[in-house]
Amino acid sequence: MIHSLFLINASGDIFLEKHWKSVVSRSVCDYFFEALERATEPENVPPVIPTPHHFLINVLRHRIYFVAVIQSEVPPLFVIEFLHRVVDTFQDYFGVCTEAAIKDNVVVVYELLEEMLDNGFPLATESNILKELIKPPTILRTVVNTITGSTNVGEQLPTGQLSVVPWRRTGVKYTNNEAYFDVVEEIDAIIDKSGSTITAEIQGVVDACVKLTGMPDLTLSFMNPRLLDDVSFHPCVRFKRWEAERILSFIPPDGNFRLLSYHVSSQNLVAIPVYVKHNISFREGSSQGRFELTLGPKQTMGKAVESVLVSSQLPRGVLNANLNPSQGTYTFDPVTKLLSWDVGKINPQKLPSLKGSMSLQTGASKPDENPTINIQFKIQQLAISGLKVNRLDMYGEKYKPFKGIKYMTKAGKFQNDCHLLVIQKLAG
Amino acid sequence: VLGMSANSVSYNEQGSGESGVDAAQENSSIPASISAGGAAFSLFSADCKKNEDLKEMLESNKESLKLEAMKRIVGLIAKGKNASELFPAVVKNVASKNIELKKLVYVYLVRYAEEQQDLALLSISTFQRALKDPNQLIRASALRVLSSIRVPIIVPIMMLAIKEAATDLSPYVRKTAAHAIQKLYSLDPDQKEHLIEVIEKLLKDKSTLVAGSVVMAFEEVCPDRIDLIHKNYRKLCNLLVDVEEWGQVVIIHMLTRYARTQFVSPWREDAVFDENSEKTFYDSEEERRVDQSKPYIMDPDHRLLLRNTKPLLQSRNTAVVMAVSQLYWHLSPKHELSVITKSLVRLLRSHREVQYIVLQNIATMSIQRKGMFEPFMKSFYVRSTDATHIKTLKLEILTNLANEANISTILRELQTYVKSQDKAFVAATIQAIGRCATNISEVTDTCLNGLVLLLSNRDETVVAESVVVIKKLLQTQPSQHSDIIKHMAKLFDNITVPMARASILWLMGEYCEHVPKIAPDVLRKMAKTFTSEEDIVKLQTVNLAAKLYLSNSKQTKLLTQYILNLGKYDQNYDIRDRTRFIRQLIVPNEKSGALSRYARRILMAPKPAPVLQSAFKDRDRFQLGTLSHTLNSQSNGYLELSDWPAVAPDQSVRIVEVVKEAGAPLLGKSKPGKSAEKFYSDSEEEEEGSSSEDSSSSSSEESESESESEENSDDSNKSSSSESDSEKKKKTLKNKKLQQQKPDSKDRYWSHSKALLLIIITKLFSIHIVLSFSNQFVASCRCSLLRLCVFLACQFDAVSWHVRVSLQASFPVFVPETSHELLHRMTGKGLSAQYRFTRQPCIYGNSMVSLQLTLSNSSDQALENIHISEKSSTGQNIHHFNAIGELHTTNHSEIDTNMSTVQHEHTKEDEFSVSIQPAVGELLVPITMTEADFTKEKLTWCQKANQPIHFCVCISRFAGKTVGSGCLVLVSVALKDPDAGITINTEKTVMASMLLRQVKITLTNSGP
Repeated sequence: MIHSLFLINASGDIFLEKHWKSVVSRSVCDYFFEALERATEPENVPPVIPTPHHFLINVLRHRIYFVAVIQSEVPPLFVIEFLHRVVDTFQDYFGVCTEAAIKDNVVVVYELLEEMLDNGFPLATESNILKELIKPPTILRTVVNTITGSTNVGEQLPTGQLSVVPWRRTGVKYTNNEAYFDVVEEIDAIIDKSGSTITAEIQGVVDACVKLTGMPDLTLSFMNPRLLDDVSFHPCVRFKRWEAERILSFIPPDGNFRLLSYHVSSQNLVAIPVYVKHNISFREGSSQGRFELTLGPKQTMGKAVESVLVSSQLPRGVLNANLNPSQGTYTFDPVTKLLSWDVGKINPQKLPSLKGSMSLQTGASKPDENPTINIQFKIQQLAISGLKVNRLDMYGEKYKPFKGIKYMTKAGKFQNDCHLLVIQKLAG
Repeated sequence: VLGMSANSVSYNEQGSGESGVDAAQENSSIPASISAGGAAFSLFSADCKKNEDLKEMLESNKESLKLEAMKRIVGLIAKGKNASELFPAVVKNVASKNIELKKLVYVYLVRYAEEQQDLALLSISTFQRALKDPNQLIRASALRVLSSIRVPIIVPIMMLAIKEAATDLSPYVRKTAAHAIQKLYSLDPDQKEHLIEVIEKLLKDKSTLVAGSVVMAFEEVCPDRIDLIHKNYRKLCNLLVDVEEWGQVVIIHMLTRYARTQFVSPWREDAVFDENSEKTFYDSEEERRVDQSKPYIMDPDHRLLLRNTKPLLQSRNTAVVMAVSQLYWHLSPKHELSVITKSLVRLLRSHREVQYIVLQNIATMSIQRKGMFEPFMKSFYVRSTDATHIKTLKLEILTNLANEANISTILRELQTYVKSQDKAFVAATIQAIGRCATNISEVTDTCLNGLVLLLSNRDETVVAESVVVIKKLLQTQPSQHSDIIKHMAKLFDNITVPMARASILWLMGEYCEHVPKIAPDVLRKMAKTFTSEEDIVKLQTVNLAAKLYLSNSKQTKLLTQYILNLGKYDQNYDIRDRTRFIRQLIVPNEKSGALSRYARRILMAPKPAPVLQSAFKDRDRFQLGTLSHTLNSQSNGYLELSDWPAVAPDQSVRIVEVVKEAGAPLLGKSKPGKSAEKFYSDSEEEEEGSSSEDSSSSSSEESESESESEENSDDSNKSSSSESDSEKKKKTLKNKKLQQQKPDSKDRYWSHSKALLLIIITKLFSIHIVLSFSNQFVASCRCSLLRLCVFLACQFDAVSWHVRVSLQASFPVFVPETSHELLHRMTGKGLSAQYRFTRQPCIYGNSMVSLQLTLSNSSDQALENIHISEKSSTGQNIHHFNAIGELHTTNHSEIDTNMSTVQHEHTKEDEFSVSIQPAVGELLVPITMTEADFTKEKLTWCQKANQPIHFCVCISRFAGKTVGSGCLVLVSVALKDPDAGITINTEKTVMASMLLRQVKITLTNSGP
């Protein structure tokens, strides 16, 4: 399946290569570089590139291209999913997945890749098993290792791969037994220029951090499970039980994992927590334009909207913007024409606004593209879909665990279309 | 000597800090700790010359130095630098005790063994030794490396190792063997036949660990040997949920191909999809078989595949979801396809690359089946942050989804896209509008007007694209749109994009009759600028000139000749050619002959309008989700999906002998009882479905999960061995069972078909599973409890059943969990017995009541030969159940018609007399009847009505029949505050009074 893997950084250098079968010359990447040149943006490189003898399937994450070389028919999603899993593993091990982190830990990276694929077919991708095989580097361990000469490779051979619950290692022990669940929801929305919602959907996840001794068997039930009609589960969840009773029953992996993700589609009514009022206009015949933007909360169940960040791609003709924010700070990049405004928290009593003027390039025609405004925000202690956890029970172990649950709503791809006014100058 | 010194000189020339550290290391052999910082740096600055000191480090006695050296070497490999000259030094460490060092040596070996074949042989003996290691993980890793080093000389050794590993006790080693098969095959394809034997053996493996890998090997080595799959088909379907996710993808793709060769198409127009509405009773088995002459009934195996893959749509792995989706697309009846829509749309929230592949597949699907994705149209709305290729794919899908109903919404959305800043995307949008306009005639005019408005756009690409699309649209109905053509002619001066200019010129020429005044003027303008135009524009100018010459030669003759002269001396040979050709065609002279007479008909022939269609139109020739589909060209190793066979191949090839089946459903979370039962006919599954509500199966599930968790806490080795033990035990049990069932078949109650035999065996089989799991439980918690659940069937006098055959029995709504004590363990000398009414239809006869008997042994010794003494079975029929010889216990029980039962149990010399006292209600079977029938029947038995307390509005009715005699029992309970009336109508007066008493008590107790 997967023959080789090349890691390529933003400036087009191959900084790591790994081969699982016979060595494939790195000149195969030239086809990738060609595609990279053709693409106007880094994201526009096609994920699958055919070459005379190979196929290159690449993913771009953290400004690194992970390019897999394959030789024959294979479901492309198989490779793409695997590459993303590799990135997730790196991130899990090194905290960040950057070129520097990979270069610093090249031996661990190689050991990981060796375990994750055998002859191009995935072998162990479960993070718990990998961590038993190869211990993640920590500052403390690096120091200890260099002094004592001990290694990162686990002394014990992993048993997880052989058990019925491959995602959980055996013999887990904690002094403080705790289980935390985070319900995080992201709203994707497109709002049109008049402020009405074109499409809005909620993408939610329940992330868990479970540190429990032994083999606990957990059940998690929701107040309103009917919301969850489109879900995907971690393999540990007993699907039959969910089908029958709408209860999540599972033996959790150790540590952090994503228990489920769900999708509340556009067919349901989605509450939109913020609104934007804008007024962007140019006067025909003058090189000045007016810019006004006001934000306000809407349907937030009394919770504060925090960490608000507004960004907008202004038309190419705009030379500079001279704006005055009522709170927060703004920046305007005259090269990329990207305006971003870090608002902070929205105070419902005093709505944040950004007002001022834009200057156009002299002689440039009036822009006719409509800019869009992208908004990011966070709302703590609120799951906008209304999802609520009812209770969490543990079976199979004697002790009493500490349980916690947190809700959060974030903006996903939250886009507000604008209307750009070009005011015709009246004759005379 | 010279070479050496040269080396050292050049070495010293390297970065001073680095070499300083290294030098210090060599001289004072300071542990590598100090150089840790330098090492990271040197990883990426080393060059081949440095290899000398690496060699020295490898040859030192210190583990830490060796390890450090290996780490640097791995760094070199990662960088793509050549480190092959260190091979001899590295290979020496292959037998190192240090695990990390050993692993890194393995990495090195796998990378360079191919280049250094002779030296690589040095390491073989180490691996051969490790292959015999008692630790399964060491055996596995030895096989992994041995098979990865790609040295042709060791092919026989590899073959031997694979064959041995394929029969290893550890499933993990067998998995590694499956991986090794592919490696050996790519190294030496001549081994194919031997490898197929191994694959055949491994395909029979019941471990979920092995399944994915061996199917992968199958796909690589012998994808055409579909016959190997037959016997394993059902097993693979049943194991699928528990296979690791990557294996699932491979198995699903393979099974898709398999199913297309083995089942008939479910897509026929007249197909009747009623496999779910079949009669509920297995008694009707034979009738059903006859009914199969109906147009289409899905093969149960086909259904099995669809049902077992469906839960995987919930997988977190996008590749699995896609694989299931394509399976449904290619295999399921069309009306079931909708289940995949939601999952596919969910994937759109995933990473950009995932979106790309999923959107491509949706694009192909949406051409054929708009309805699937239409409700999710808004999910395909484009966002400004999407990558361009994602945007175009979304546009493609939106265009595919457009119909009369939603076109206005879509057009409004497309209008906003036209104002986007991404010009390539705007161009694609304009094309999409064009496609909408041709596909939906209602909006053609609206679209055209919109496009004409775009002609005055400031952006050139937008204008150009609009012109091209308008040209295509006008071709469909030119006569009505001469004003648009005029408008375009006016714009002509401002348009500079060659393609757009060429399009306008072509339009002018083609429809010059509609714009007789303007066309010659445009030609005049072109004559002025001809030399500076692009080639494509020049060609169209020549065309226009020719057409005008033919239709309006008076005005344009000179102009045409001028242009033809210009073209004659053009730099481009295409234009020179075209000019020469046109001149010969239109200007009559003696040489041109007959052709010029037809010039008008040649040039002015009516041309068919171009069909604007999706680029994904022909992609469905490839299996969805494949690389070939993504690229729209067949890639290496693509296995074509065959068409459905006209006649289904023999179904019986998939039937596995029951004896073998016994051990199959054992692993992991799969519900053993259930999966075994699924192997049989549909009606059995029906029963399966309903019994999932009842407590007997849920209790077996419970015990199962208990044992599952027991296993987990066990040492892995131990659990696997105990697993295989119980497996063996079950097999033998199974054999016994079969043998003992056979004499039964001669029994007079045994009037049903062979199929029923299978059902019964399955029933019994599920008992054994419960049994074996409890055994494990016993073993691990060291308590001497032995549980054995037995379905007992007791027959009452088999009279008058046929009288009321017409009454259809229905299933109990509620089955109580409580069991009654039959024999206490104190009185039973360690043996205790409990019984419970399962309210299940009896499998041995229609007039029997089924009873579940639980026997537990709480004494220290094994109990043998438990049976019902023959002498007491007076006057009633009991289904004799004497199967559990293996456990040295046999067990009989009986119930008499007087509703009291005497049961004798022998424990060695002990005999116990017990009786079963069923509540009256347990002897009834609920039946379904209409209200009218109910009243009618009630009147028939009116005189027997026992205790009509009050007569008022009935609010609940219950209809039933006694199991034994089949006589009707009607109960109606009427509520009228504060009183209640109970009416029971039946011919059996004794029973009526007993029933009345019980109902009364129950209602009084449960009432407020």
